[in-house]
Amino acid sequence: MKPPGFSVIGKPLPKVDAWGKVTGETRYADDMVLPRMAYGKLLRSPHPHARIRRIDTARAAALPGVYGVITGRDLPPVKFGILPVSQDEEALCTEKVRMVGDAVAAVAAVDEETAERACGLIDVEYEPLPALMSIEESLAHPEVRIHEYGDGPNVHKVVALQFGDVEAALARADLVREDVFFFEGSTHLPMEQHAAVAHWGPDGKLTLWSSTQTPHYVHRLLAKILDVPAARIRVIAAPVGGGFGGKLDPFAHEIAACKLSQVTGRPVKIALTREEVFYVHRGRHPVLMWIKTGFTRDGGITGCHLRTWLDGGAYGSYGVASTFYTGVINPVSYKIPVYRFEGARVFTNKPPCGPKRGHGTPQPRFALECQIDKAAEQLGLDPVEMRRRLVPEPFTRTANHLTITTIGLKECIDRVADASGWRRKWRGWRKVRTGDGPGRRGIGFACSAYMTGAGTAIYWNSMPHSGVVIRADRSGGVTVQCGATDIGQGSDSILAYLPAEILGLEPADVHVHAADTSLTPVDLGSYSSRVTLMCGMAAIQAAERLKAAIAKAVAQKLECGPGELVFRDRKVGAPGDWEKAVTFAQAVELAESMHGVLAFPGSYAPPRRAGKYKGGGVGPSPCYSYSACVVDLTVDEETGAVTLHDVWVAHDVGRALNPLLVEGQVEGSIYMGIGEALMEAQVFRKGLHRTPSMLDYKSPTTLETPEIHTILVETDDPEGPFGAKEAGQGPLLPVIPAIANAIYDAVGVRVDEVPITPEKILRGLELARQGKAARVGPERVPLFRFKEPIVVESAFGQPADAVVVRPFQS
Amino acid sequence: MMRLPPFTFLAPRTLADATRALAEHGREAMPVAGGTDLYPNMKRRQFEPAVLVGLGGIRELRGVGGSAREGLRIGATTTLTAVARHPEIAAGYPALATAAGLVSSPQLRNMGTLGGNVCVDTRCNYYNQSFAWRKAIGFCMKRDGDACLVAPGSPRCWAVSSSDTAPVLWSLGARVRLVGPSGERTIPISELYRDDGIEYLTRRPDEILAEILLPPAGGWRSAYLKLRRRGSFDFPVLGVAVALRVEGDVVREARIVLGAVASRPREATAAADALTGQRLVPEVIARVADLAAGPAKPLDNTDYAHFYRKKMTRVFVARALRRLGGLDGDGRAVEEIA
Amino acid sequence: MKARVSLTVNGEVHEVLVPVHKTLLEVLREDLGLTGTKHGCELGECGTCTVLVDGEPVLACLALPVELEGRSIVTVEGLAEGGRLHPLQQAFVELGAAQCGYCTPGMLLTARALLEENPVPTREQIRQALAGNLCRCTGYTKILDAVELAALRLAAAGRGARP
Repeated sequence: MKPPGFSVIGKPLPKVDAWGKVTGETRYADDMVLPRMAYGKLLRSPHPHARIRRIDTARAAALPGVYGVITGRDLPPVKFGILPVSQDEEALCTEKVRMVGDAVAAVAAVDEETAERACGLIDVEYEPLPALMSIEESLAHPEVRIHEYGDGPNVHKVVALQFGDVEAALARADLVREDVFFFEGSTHLPMEQHAAVAHWGPDGKLTLWSSTQTPHYVHRLLAKILDVPAARIRVIAAPVGGGFGGKLDPFAHEIAACKLSQVTGRPVKIALTREEVFYVHRGRHPVLMWIKTGFTRDGGITGCHLRTWLDGGAYGSYGVASTFYTGVINPVSYKIPVYRFEGARVFTNKPPCGPKRGHGTPQPRFALECQIDKAAEQLGLDPVEMRRRLVPEPFTRTANHLTITTIGLKECIDRVADASGWRRKWRGWRKVRTGDGPGRRGIGFACSAYMTGAGTAIYWNSMPHSGVVIRADRSGGVTVQCGATDIGQGSDSILAYLPAEILGLEPADVHVHAADTSLTPVDLGSYSSRVTLMCGMAAIQAAERLKAAIAKAVAQKLECGPGELVFRDRKVGAPGDWEKAVTFAQAVELAESMHGVLAFPGSYAPPRRAGKYKGGGVGPSPCYSYSACVVDLTVDEETGAVTLHDVWVAHDVGRALNPLLVEGQVEGSIYMGIGEALMEAQVFRKGLHRTPSMLDYKSPTTLETPEIHTILVETDDPEGPFGAKEAGQGPLLPVIPAIANAIYDAVGVRVDEVPITPEKILRGLELARQGKAARVGPERVPLFRFKEPIVVESAFGQPADAVVVRPFQS
Repeated sequence: MMRLPPFTFLAPRTLADATRALAEHGREAMPVAGGTDLYPNMKRRQFEPAVLVGLGGIRELRGVGGSAREGLRIGATTTLTAVARHPEIAAGYPALATAAGLVSSPQLRNMGTLGGNVCVDTRCNYYNQSFAWRKAIGFCMKRDGDACLVAPGSPRCWAVSSSDTAPVLWSLGARVRLVGPSGERTIPISELYRDDGIEYLTRRPDEILAEILLPPAGGWRSAYLKLRRRGSFDFPVLGVAVALRVEGDVVREARIVLGAVASRPREATAAADALTGQRLVPEVIARVADLAAGPAKPLDNTDYAHFYRKKMTRVFVARALRRLGGLDGDGRAVEEIA
Repeated sequence: MKARVSLTVNGEVHEVLVPVHKTLLEVLREDLGLTGTKHGCELGECGTCTVLVDGEPVLACLALPVELEGRSIVTVEGLAEGGRLHPLQQAFVELGAAQCGYCTPGMLLTARALLEENPVPTREQIRQALAGNLCRCTGYTKILDAVELAALRLAAAGRGARP
């Protein structure tokens, strides 16, 4: 796997922050204590939808030990949101609450108990409004408006895109399938509950430490929300105890901590309870899907038409992007010559949905992969072989104008089929599984694709998406500064490995300072699987610049050409004359004597490849990762219980910069996919979250998690750092449909809806006994008229652009 | 962070001191042993006792005495881990070892006690919620409110008995020794429970559950099967405890007790009667399982759909009987995680 | 009600004057500054705050210091011996078993108790022992691998789980 010549890349090295994490030294946001620090609490709405008539904080303010009480009236009257097109949030609601858990006031006090008691003394008079708790309810009640903006009453966003003549393609098909699927919402459930510490000093400067995945966006938005020059704000991402997309928005507790710090003249910490984390949410959208696909006799796809309805919850969050993502990524994995996609995101009175691992794509992937399985059965094809034939060519474009570079999907399919023993275990369609007892063994397959970083920033700009400054020190060490945020995936380690490789150092010689808006160049944040690629490319550029400067000075000393020099083993020298090689520390001294301070920037922005149509900015990515998955399980026919035995995923990661970290990402993705497939559900009853606790929201334990087998496929993508692509999200996607397909293989029941619970499997078996179709899932789609689509020619099969604008490359 | 409300903590060294303390403080006081049930409930403000009487320092409440041959005494503050691992219990009362070993998680079994599990508060997903959540939905009659949210209009509370060990102990014919300030009484464990989600125990507030007494194990086989979503953490949403005395291959005595389908364990007496004098053959098992499912009356206030829990009652009873009859498995107590 | 409590944590005796309703979790983190013990729910539902009391894994969020006088409490800060990591810590580092790291202290302590009692556990026994510690990052795979590796090394070195 590791090509010769690398000293760091490809090695299973420890993460640079591993030691702190095993000794308890790592200081997460809630571990911070500052002198005179006050503790804050938010008062949250008990109503899913209500007008605020009056808030009286007098009794709370009078409580001994209370330092300050604020409401939305104490904040500048601006609304905000992570996306410029969805500025619909208030940190503390002033006129209306739109969900149980919306914050309306905040208290800072001597301790948490006092702050909580004070919250209980705040009198809020509400005028309850009808609560809309589902897509159907929101569409059925246009007279009840959750927000006054959007693409229709309670409709946040509608997307309609068409690439080529889909109707004609379907008419040509040998088999046309129409299926309806539902994917229930779920939440990230990071082990760490969000926390923030704010210090607004008497000098007017504000520092916020927060468990955030995106200090840069928080920095920008704090300036707007607090009406303070951004230059006086510093945001530091504390080590994040799990994110998965749940710490990607600016949150009420962060903003309230800042304001309370200003008001009280003390540092203020606000740490959320687990229940509050469920209200903060921004998790997986519940999505209802209708998918119509034409197939040829040999398993080819003639065209596909997908409609999605997203239950967005109470606010916009990343929802516009989520809506696009339910449609735009499916064509990246298979040859789909023409494609039509319509999506609508609907507001409801529930915690807002947003970006959870896989952001908007696990839902349509579930639909597509289950539908392909059904088509394979009708066509009498092996589902593995059928997908293998559907794999697109490398360096071509999809119908919706996304550029595929390398594609290792065929190798993923072959290797996962081999490793899992697919050809031996899969016994063809409609083979009745029998045996002693109620257990029925089944095996299922699915594939997926995911992007390696969003091609465009959240706010439109021409600046780098990731920046690195590297500084060489006379000690022989180097310091890397980058805004990238390590949420456990290992971005700090990547920032050490890549310069170490280039400069012939060991990772321990590299000091990484990350995610501090005062010290580090901007990196947009840990989302869209962008960090390794983007901060990696920026780090490579910075390290190469440093290397060139050092080489020039060493060449002068050794009287050779700079091009002859190699950097290895913490030395710089000519390979033919290695005895004369100087130590890296000496090399730095030589170079500093020649150039002055050795500090070099690296910048990265993705190649400009956005489709030339409205909406073409969502979906493009420097490159795409690919995954193939096999699941082996047993279904208990009497109880409907599913026992997973083994899950195999082969993942095209381009190049594994550190196989341990990549495997860890794949394993974690599989785990999260298992939870969503079988048990996790963010569901509501009577306007309230049904299960806002670790006990009642079911997250798999060691006992539900099967043996996981990871196979890494390397394609050496020209867009990635040393050829690397993403690994943190894509491998989640195929797991869910592979489980659904394996359940079908085991007991002949199609559950077209996740989570696939024992109750649903038993219902399917009961239907089968009654001689009916053994299918459980949604029966209908909403009455909803999508707008006329934007019609664009399909770009399917066209070669990738020969010339692409690559910002900051020289 | 979820925190406990303030209280005064008393740490008596003897049972007599403990009962005196409970009597003295009346309704203000609650006994606590492992705290794994009470403290989360207190953090959610389901209870706010002014005084806690800690039982951890009372030596006479801890430990296992006697033998399976002559009968066993288990002190109420014996941890669930100790019960699950005790060789005499595993050999003589395997279903009890199984049930204790299936409670919650390893850490909670190290802390939680058998007495605590026997007395565990009834549960309902309208009730086991934070104060703010319960306030938002308007509170329920079990705490701070006056209506039942799972069965609106109901005059009683339908919170669910959620003990793993209670149905097993019942099926084994266990008795419990309750000690109060003015004496003690020993009652069959079946008489410890009331069919009410709020007043679910007949234990008086100043009484302490001191001991669980098991009859001689000779001739009895037992099994416990538990339904829950995950293999750890989760409370039972159905428990099936079966104890049989078998001579040759004929069942001479049978007790089938269902957990987590009502506000107290429910004994399926008609099913047990139908089993008595019979051999454990498939037709008998099927008939008994049908009868046993009768008393299961789950409502929609736990994990899993209530119709599913009802349906699983039949399946689990049949499985327990098959295992005990040696029709599959080796006849030992088994766990089942569905 | 405040109580003066003497707690033995990682072999050091601490005298603290704390309200009795403060849990061990709060006292460790807020009074002793031992923030290595994390928390994910404070209700006994996740295992994150696991510490050892007399060698047994218990949840600090549900334990009262007043009941722990005279008991030996070990937190993650007490795992290493001097400058030498415990083999479990070393294995977690080497195999990438800590991603976000937030569940790691609880995992390490639970695993240490397992290896004390059962120096050569099977993978299934490790799963059972760690079933009360939730992790959202790793799929448990590398955690199980790391516990196996540490057990092998300890067995090879011929000693129990104490370094």
